[in-house]
Parts: sequence; C-alpha cells; structure tokens
Amino acid sequence: MEMPAPDASVLSRKAQIVDRLSEVLPRDAVIWDERETRAYECDALTAYKCPPLCAVLPANTKEVSDVLRICHELGVPVVPRGSGTSLAGGALPTADCVILGVAKMNDVIETNYEDRYIRVQTGRTNLSVTGAVETNGFFYAPDPSSQLACAIAGNIAMNSGGAHCLKYGVTTNNLMGVTLVLMDGTVVEIGGAHLDAGGLDILGVICGSEGQLGVVTEATLRILHKPEGARPVLMGYDSSEVAGQVVTDIIKAGILPVAIEFMDRPCIEATEAFAKAGYPMCEALLIVEVEGSEAEIDAQLKLIMEIAARHDPVELREAKDADEAGRIWLGRKSAFGAMGQINDYMCLDGTIPVSSLPFVLKRIGEMSKEFGLDVGNVFHAGDGNMHPLILFDANKPGDLELCEEFGAEILKLCVEVGGCLTGEHGVGIEKRDLMGVQYDPADLEAQMAIKDIFDPDWLLNAAKVFPLDTSRARRAA
Amino acid sequence: MTPKSEEELAQMIVGANGPLRIEGGGTRPIGRSSGDVLHTSAMRGISLYEPGALTIVAGAGTPIAEVEKELAAENQRLAFEPMDHRALLGTKGEPTLGGMAAANVSGPRRISVGACRDFMLGVRFVDGQGNIIKNGGRVMKNVTGYDLVKLLTGSYGTLGVLTEVSLKVLPNVETIGTVMLHGLSDAQAIGAMSSALGSPFEATGVAHFPKGRSGDALTMVRIEGFETSVTYRAGKLRDLLTPFGDAEIQVGATDGPGSANAWTEVRDVTAIAGQSGDVWRISAKPSDAAGLVAKMDATSVQYDWGGGLIWALVDQGRDLRAALGEFDGHATLIRGTADVPTFHPEPAALAAITTGLRAKFDPRGILNSGIMR
Repeated sequence: MEMPAPDASVLSRKAQIVDRLSEVLPRDAVIWDERETRAYECDALTAYKCPPLCAVLPANTKEVSDVLRICHELGVPVVPRGSGTSLAGGALPTADCVILGVAKMNDVIETNYEDRYIRVQTGRTNLSVTGAVETNGFFYAPDPSSQLACAIAGNIAMNSGGAHCLKYGVTTNNLMGVTLVLMDGTVVEIGGAHLDAGGLDILGVICGSEGQLGVVTEATLRILHKPEGARPVLMGYDSSEVAGQVVTDIIKAGILPVAIEFMDRPCIEATEAFAKAGYPMCEALLIVEVEGSEAEIDAQLKLIMEIAARHDPVELREAKDADEAGRIWLGRKSAFGAMGQINDYMCLDGTIPVSSLPFVLKRIGEMSKEFGLDVGNVFHAGDGNMHPLILFDANKPGDLELCEEFGAEILKLCVEVGGCLTGEHGVGIEKRDLMGVQYDPADLEAQMAIKDIFDPDWLLNAAKVFPLDTSRARRAA
Repeated sequence: MTPKSEEELAQMIVGANGPLRIEGGGTRPIGRSSGDVLHTSAMRGISLYEPGALTIVAGAGTPIAEVEKELAAENQRLAFEPMDHRALLGTKGEPTLGGMAAANVSGPRRISVGACRDFMLGVRFVDGQGNIIKNGGRVMKNVTGYDLVKLLTGSYGTLGVLTEVSLKVLPNVETIGTVMLHGLSDAQAIGAMSSALGSPFEATGVAHFPKGRSGDALTMVRIEGFETSVTYRAGKLRDLLTPFGDAEIQVGATDGPGSANAWTEVRDVTAIAGQSGDVWRISAKPSDAAGLVAKMDATSVQYDWGGGLIWALVDQGRDLRAALGEFDGHATLIRGTADVPTFHPEPAALAAITTGLRAKFDPRGILNSGIMR
C-alpha cells in the first residue's frame, strides 16, 4: 500500500509547528516526542504504521479551530482521529501530518427527551451515548461491533452501521446536526434539533466523508425509546442457497426483523471451538431477531418459524429466556475473536444484493482454494453487508500481500454482482486503490470537486479514499 | 426538450445557451425558475425490482403511481410516504420519482422511518457541464466514497438533472390504527405527541389540527402492523396519553378520522389546500412549535411529525420568517406571493459552501437557476 512521500519542508519545520500549536493548546495536549507519537502510528488496520509529526488533543471547538487555522497557515497536513478503531486505515498518519485526536472531547452537551435528541462532543464513544440516556429508557441506534471503543466522530466519518440497521438505519439516518470546523478554522453549524435540510443537504455529504471535509466537533443525534423486548431465533441449513431463500421469504412475508445475521461453516466451526455457543454444524446458520411486547414477539416468531420450517432446517431454536437469547448471540458476537484465535485475519465489508448471496459464497469458496487462504463469512443478511474474514499469517513473508490480493478479488466480485466495495467500514487506504472498480473517472471527479470546496489545499486526510494517481494533481497543488 | 437518454440529455445541457427549467411531472412548482423546459418524462421505466432485497431502480421520469402499483403487487411500498402536492399547489400531471427525489418529498411516516433522502440508495445524473455521474448504487449499505445521493436529493435540480434513482422499499402493513385525542391546546398536543413518540409503541404518524373537521382540535397518532399488534399498541398508547384526555381508538377503519384516507389527507395537507393565501412549511424542534405558531397569526395550521413539521396558511405577501425570528429550523415558502427567498437563508459560512458546490456542479448557473434562493 503506497502512501505519499512526506513533505520535507514540513518535516524540517517540526519545532516551529509544535511551538505554534503549543500557543493555543495546554502543554499536555501537544504530543511531539517520538516515543509518544508512536501511540498514534496506526488504527485498527495494524498492518500499516507510520508515526505522525505530532499529535494534538484539543478539548473543544475553539481549540480545534485554532489548530486547523495554524496548520492551514503553515501548510501542514492534518489527519483527524476518533478512537482509532478504523478497519480501513482511515486514521493512518503520514510522517508529515498532525494527528488531531478528539478523545478529550467526550462531554454530553444536552439531552432532550421531549424532542428525542442528544448533543455530544464527538470524542464520546458510541456505547456511552446510549449510556447517557438509557436510565430514561432511550438508546442511540447505530451499533457498530466496536461500539464500546469507537467514537461518534469516527462513526460520522465512516457513516458506521451495525447489526440492527435493517430496522434503524446507519449513522446518516440518525444524525441531525453537526458543528464542523473547516481546514481554515471556520466553524460551520449544520442542521440541529429539527429534521431535514432547509437548503442543500450538506449534512448528508459530511456523513461518510472520512474526515476529508472538516473536523466534526459536536453532533446532535436522534435517540429512540427502547422496545419493550427483543428475542432471537437460530436456524441451521444445509446450503447457503436455502438460507438465502429463507431470508427473502421472511422479508417478502411483510416481517421486518431488527437483525438477520448469517454465518457459514468455517465461521461456525471456528466459533464453536472458541466460544462453545452450541451452534449446529451446518453450511449456513441464521440468527433472526424481532422486537416488541412478549405477545408481539410470539406472533412474529410464529410466522418466522413457519417460514423457516418449510425449508427443511437442520435446526430451529427459539430462545426461551434471556440466557438462551444470550447464547444464540454469543457465537455471532465472538466470531471475529474466534477467527483471530486461528490466525491473523483481514475483515472485508463489501455489500451485495441479497439475491447474489449463494453465487458470491460459492465463488469465495473457489477463490479460497485458488489463493490457499481460509475464509469465513459473517454477514448482515438482511441488508447484504458481507464480512468475509480472510485468514493469513502476518509473520509469513508475502502472506499479507496474498491476502490483500484475495480481498481485492472478493470486493471486485461484490461490485460485479451489483454491490459495492464497503458497506460500513469506509474506504480509507484499504479500498482506496479499488475505487476505480466501482466508479468511473467522472464519478470520482465529482466527489473530489466536493473536497475542493471544503478543503481547497487538500490538507485534510488527503491520501485516503481516492486512488493516489487520481488525486495527485490536487494534492501537489 | 425531452431527452430520451443520458447522452441526449448531456448534449442538450452542453448545447444550452440559457437557463433550463427541469420538469418531471410538473406537479411541484416550488421556487422560481425560468428558461427552456427540460422534461425528464422520456427517461422512465422500472429497470430493476427485487422484492426480496427491498430495492427498486427506475428512471427519473417514472410516475410514482407506476412504482407504487408495482410495489403493491408484492405487498411493499415507499415507506417515507411521499406527499402528493397537486391539491395544495393546484397542479395537474403525474408526480415522478425524479421530482420526488429532487424535492426530498416525504410524508407523515418520515418521523418514524426517515425521509425520502434516507431511502435513496443511488442516483445517476447529468451535471451542468454535461458530465454523466453516478453515486451510491442499489444496495442498502454503501459507504464507498462521498454520499452524493444525499446531496442530490433535495437539491431541486440545481446540481444536476437526475436520470435514475434507486430506492429502498419496505413491506406494506396489514392494519392501520389511529389513537385520537380531542380538544387539546397546541401546547398540550405537543406534549401528547412527544409522549407517544418517546414511547416504545412505534407511532408511525403523529399529527395535530388546532381546528379539525368538526371544528375542535384533533390530535392523531398512527400505529401500523399486524392487527393484534396494532390493537395492543393502540391500547398502550391510550393508557399512556390518559393525562391528556380520554383517547378514542380506531383500528382498521375504512373511513373517517382514523382511517388510511385520513392519513393521506394529512400527507397531502388537504385541510388548507383549497384556501387562498400563502403556504409555508416549517421544520422546527417540536417543543418550539406551539410558540412559533403563536407568532404566525396564521389562518390555518397543521402540525405533523409530532410538531417537527408545521404547515401554515397565512395572508398573501407576508414574510413569515420576519415574524418567527431566529429559531432552530427553517421555513420554506411552498406556495405564495411573498417577495422573499423561497428557501430559508443560510448563515454565511454554510451559504459559502452551498454557493461553492453549485458553482462546481453547474458553473454556468443554468440548471433551475435561482430556484433555491
């Protein structure tokens, strides 16, 4: 994975840059010692590392604005960072950049149950947003797997999803307003406690822009009252085609579960060895969860179980109590950890039309043999968001490259069948060089034109999202 | 001009010597624009519909009615419930998908499931320089690159001419129920609506008429789903709303104030459709809504989205924004004679961004020029 060569003139001005930043930030908020900047050298895509020039930890919008104004004036690249949980390398530094971390900004600014929103500083973690409102029975819906650690800032940058977005939507569907600081330090208020834009939907384009348009310091998020209850069922089938048909039949029957999760045999085997959730050994396992009162859940599950039973299941299991519900989810929630026990893995998140599931799984199985690398599939089946986990050995020379090549082939396949490269993790550096598979030059030009307006000098996180050749002229200008 | 393909459309745009007024079905003439009319009507037809994947793709000129018919055959629907503006704006013609997307048109269900923009999965469009551009796609989760789908939705044709849209659809529901309260003041109604929306019972429509058909105030809360579930939730909501009065419940009504037809009337704002005056649409924080309405001196008012959306009929030619002052939200002149910008003026920093984006996508300023000012 290529990254642009650092700007020597920036590297040579490190002392001046640190001094200027220290004028507007408390002493402990500027990190420049090489032993300490190393802590910011990567995010959750750990295969790539590069310590930044320095890192800053501002505490509020004013400090973020000061930092960006100074960096803009001095021509210093900036890479924003939430909690550093990006699987796509969205927060990977360059040697000539200032890492702008929002970790100190984790206050709740306002909670309003009457109007059903919460306003937070964006360094706050996803789960602690729900934590701030759950005593009143409310929650924040998007639930990425990393929700214990990931920050709202990163969720907004990547438009993060989660297992329950079939019903509740992803970040962009739950984001009402932001305070955005532009690269030149300008503070822009967008949206608020009301719905929809009064003019162009700028909020819509900021969400998912991977920290390339500005730094979001505060966000107004929609909160919802929790359902009365939720209950999962587990189904096992002897073929992924049949499991795919069950998903389709459930949706066509007019039932909209909150989650439909899918696991294939390699994943089930790994999970069983690791978590011992008591899953049946079969080709395809589905977890379907519905919400409501006890009686409503009974009624919906009755319909779902009838559909499931028509397709000759290996196993059908309904949770009878919270303990059983927990065990049904246990395996799914341990899947990544279980695969990690076997070896290093790379997690992809291409999305496909649900109808292509059997074909794509078959092709991935064939490719697995061709590349000689094992792969397990976990899948948000309701919305087509795949999570192939490719196993490789980071200590074996050439294995990472082979794995990346395999991953690229899977993502190309996703696009070929009508899907996309990434459903919820973002492009970052990981899928940057594949953008040309999904988009024509005119499509990419239109996207880059947007960055031109927000960040004309291309100083913000500029080496991400767009293939380096495509963005070269703009970055060099 | 009625281009039959994206290529033809691109040539027409490149060859245009003056402003172009983009028209789908011509049923939503919101904002002022002039120039040669560019009809999208020939770029029509459903190119893909996968009920099991909850997605549909169609040309921008496709009538909404055609799409809804196709969806209904599979027991599905456009869940954001796009409003039909014909009654309110006194227009004829067939509302199209492109017009709906360009104006981000939603209905009462927006409060629970999201707006048109939340169901938009992909767009194809031609910008002001004739570039043919696609963004998003036809899958439900897609964060590949910037989200121009949201940007184009609600851009009223000022960034490009939509040629194709793909949408997420949802299952239709078996039964509709409505919980109704009578005689509440606006402030009480906001309280009742917030209670309903802040409950676990999933209200899918929450509206208030200070003067309902009978002349008294009417507050309506809609629940949808399987019949047993609707009956259960309606009962729970009635209990929850006891502090606001004795609620009346209708489940599965085919006619009357709690029926599906009544919700269509909420959606289309028919209560003020036939009356003369200027029509404003205000998006606000629900708890501010009653206070804002008190400042309006309106002839007629309808609250939707639990108070988050206010429809107001006021005397012709008035600048309602001056009366409202600063508030968290925006006011759009949907129908009227007032000599004010149609869309709410933006703060300087935001206005600079929107102006910059327009200049990028339409440097000559020929697409629906002036419509969003």
